[in-house]
Amino acid sequence: MTAALALGDDALVLSHRLGEWAGHAPVLEEEVALANIALDLLGQARVLLSLAGDEDELAYLREERAFRNVQLVEQPNGDFAHTIARQLCFSTYQELLYERLARGGGPFAPLAAKAVKEVAYHRDHAEHWTLRLGDGTADSHERMRTALEALWRFTGELFEPVEGCEVEWDTLHADWLDRLTSVLKRATLEVPEGPRRGAWAAGAGRQGVHTESFGRMLAEMQHLHRSHPGATW
Amino acid sequence: MSGDRSGAWPLWEVFVRSRRGLSHTHAGSLHAPDAEMALRNARDLYTRRSEGVSIWVVPSTAVTASSPDEKDPFFEPSADKPYRHPTFYEIPEGVQHL
Repeated sequence: MTAALALGDDALVLSHRLGEWAGHAPVLEEEVALANIALDLLGQARVLLSLAGDEDELAYLREERAFRNVQLVEQPNGDFAHTIARQLCFSTYQELLYERLARGGGPFAPLAAKAVKEVAYHRDHAEHWTLRLGDGTADSHERMRTALEALWRFTGELFEPVEGCEVEWDTLHADWLDRLTSVLKRATLEVPEGPRRGAWAAGAGRQGVHTESFGRMLAEMQHLHRSHPGATW
Repeated sequence: MSGDRSGAWPLWEVFVRSRRGLSHTHAGSLHAPDAEMALRNARDLYTRRSEGVSIWVVPSTAVTASSPDEKDPFFEPSADKPYRHPTFYEIPEGVQHL
């Protein structure tokens, strides 16, 4: 099932990236917040991957080219502003997508209806931090601006139609851009101008083409299961 | 954050109401840059196992506390006044939940 894999991999990969902050977050409170978000996403990934097959096999035994997540979620954490920019772009998208899937009544409706409340909190968290970093000090503003510029070219791929998701992708895109524009404006940031579609490096994650750092992330994520198949504790 | 990390963030006291009808109870404290973020941090730190239905955050600096030095004049005098405790009543039969 293409859609279950695509959405499940988005959640799984972003969950792992956020989990990497454990022990490294700027403050303890934020570490717990990011870990909470990661666990929400992991829960979503388990449901979605189970729809597509055996969740453990899919998560731990697939090669890089078999993953169908968008390239945005696999981008390295960078500094805190980078992580927040990634969260803002993705959670805004995910909330709008899940709202539509919940209304649509398809196979993902039950999951989407439950998960949309979690994702609304993720988006709220990212928005609050975007406002504070963007409208904070000169340094935080600059870091937030740089992060948005760097990630912007990965956001076009979010709106490539996913087979099996009955969603109006154009209006989803328009709503996403509206929401993002309004948040960035309040945060005294500009919507980046760079290309978002057809750019040289971005936008084939759904086809299994991933960026350089994804292989390393996957090696770490799969190492334990591959070294000790079936290990439990 | 100019390198001094959460030291620059004020401390907040967190009060959580666990159920409707109960009062807010002190749950702990945390650091946050402002009240809005303190609420969110409190949500993540103190209600993630569904402990609450409502949260208050209060700047720790707003709390006036009695000091240990004042312990005797504050609390000692009530120690030998058992008549202040409602223990001299006969409880009528049939009264429940007391």
